[in-house]
Amino acid sequence: MLTELTIVGALKALESGETNAVELAEAHLRAIEALNPRLNAYVTLHAERTLDAARESDARKERGALEGIPLGLKDLFCTEGVRTTAGSKILGDFVPPYESTVTAKLKAAGAVSLGKLNLDEFAMGSTNSSSAHGPTINPWSPGNRKLVPGGSSGASAAAVAARLAPGTMATDTGGSIRQPAAFCGVAGIKPTYGRVSRWGIIAYASSLDQAGPMARTVEDCAILLREMAGHDAKDSTSADVPVPDFAAACGRSVKGMRIGVPAEYRLEGLSPEIARVWDQGLEWLKEAGAQIVPISLPHTKHALATYYIVAPAEASSNLARYDGVRYGLRVAGQGDGLNDLYERSRAAGFGAEVRRRILIGTYVLSAGYYEAYYLKAQKLRALIRRDFEQAWESCDAILTPATPTAAFALDDQPSDPVTMYLNDVFTVTANLAGIPGISVPAGLSAEGLPLGLQILGRPFEEETLFAAGAALERAANFSAKPGMVA
Amino acid sequence: MSLDAETVKRVARLARLRVEENEIPGLQAELNGILGWVEQLGAVDTEGVEPLAGGNPGGASLPWREDRVTGGGVVEKVLANAPDREGDYFGVPKVVE
Repeated sequence: MLTELTIVGALKALESGETNAVELAEAHLRAIEALNPRLNAYVTLHAERTLDAARESDARKERGALEGIPLGLKDLFCTEGVRTTAGSKILGDFVPPYESTVTAKLKAAGAVSLGKLNLDEFAMGSTNSSSAHGPTINPWSPGNRKLVPGGSSGASAAAVAARLAPGTMATDTGGSIRQPAAFCGVAGIKPTYGRVSRWGIIAYASSLDQAGPMARTVEDCAILLREMAGHDAKDSTSADVPVPDFAAACGRSVKGMRIGVPAEYRLEGLSPEIARVWDQGLEWLKEAGAQIVPISLPHTKHALATYYIVAPAEASSNLARYDGVRYGLRVAGQGDGLNDLYERSRAAGFGAEVRRRILIGTYVLSAGYYEAYYLKAQKLRALIRRDFEQAWESCDAILTPATPTAAFALDDQPSDPVTMYLNDVFTVTANLAGIPGISVPAGLSAEGLPLGLQILGRPFEEETLFAAGAALERAANFSAKPGMVA
Repeated sequence: MSLDAETVKRVARLARLRVEENEIPGLQAELNGILGWVEQLGAVDTEGVEPLAGGNPGGASLPWREDRVTGGGVVEKVLANAPDREGDYFGVPKVVE
């Protein structure tokens, strides 16, 4: 089965001539045709374009590092000539006249796009159900119960799990790669802030947003990240640092590595299943030669509240551009002035969660409240970063659960936004501190749903995450497959 | 502090979001729920802490580029997604009487 191949496996099969890019693309397009109506993972497909790119790849003499590999793209990456919606009605018909740096780099490396993947509207959410395209369904859903795939990159994770792509592009602002990866039983990494260019990725919270890959193995993530990463003059926050051979780090021993265990992450009421898989992960790393070190990250309990000031503030500013004038949805009444046009277009184009965050962001930045909320949150952010800086004095990486629970049902979602925000409790600190984090499938719940572990590391030390992540992967030997699979 | 209905309307106006009268009580309750929760930060001592604005680890300084024209001349691309176009301009409702 060509859809079973990992990226490493597909590259070998392409190299040896066992298969070609067109066959690989066709196999995945067939799988998408069969399963996508149930999963709602892809929101835009362009089979002809995909096959043309595959044919060009097969004909290419000079082979790129991802030559012939089919990939799915979160619909937050602008793709020239291909509709890009951010999961929002306000960009329902938007066709970018340019290509994001990440997707341009993948294309240059020979990758073939299968299409665009669903997401929470403007990447705001943890369930993929705030999308204007409707929810994506987790392929692990048992019987007729519909589980969420996590979010915001829910479909990027679901597609990889269901074998509708060997790898996908995703983004992570507060956990949007790591949480869905855990919910769907796949691997995903949020790199260090600045590792990957944000140019051409529709912005949510610019100081937190970072793109990363998802795939079925840690090594596949490493291969994808190498092609995505690097300095880009078009993103002034992209770091001008060398990009190492991340895949080589996957074979590195963890002997002597000091793994921190933050006391504050052992939340009151943490599910015993999550606690068990966490302890198991520590045991595995210890058996592989790592040393377990208790650490403290004292400001952890304030991270979510900090995030829900900083991210909406940045979002309210970033999303001011959707005004119904230059692109996107326009709604105007008879005799309306310009302000009415703005207000009507934005009210009609944005969904409930996006509106909520814009209003919170506008409020915390407004005169009289800026210091009490926004400035205070920035100070907390500094303290959260300092917690990590102090932790690195005694450890090289930190092991935590990726999520507080396994995937939950679409109709069991908490209606209260604050309860919903708790999904990101383990992941959000990495975005605030700018550090990298990887999520690796580590086991199954009693219900047979995947559970993930997260490893956090020092800035620009993704190699440590790949080494420890691959060690966990080898020990966990996660081979379970979702019920809905190509 | 808790938002009253007038403040919700004012914030919505600032954000250029049309909010119907019947949506105000629901929004007010949601926003107050979120604000009540984030107010926990007030209890943390941040005396003398420098606020952190950016995401770059180590506060990497942002580079400057040479001050020269690097793009332009792509009118058709710029206008390609315009909801209303008049010649080489975006069309909008009349703003001056």
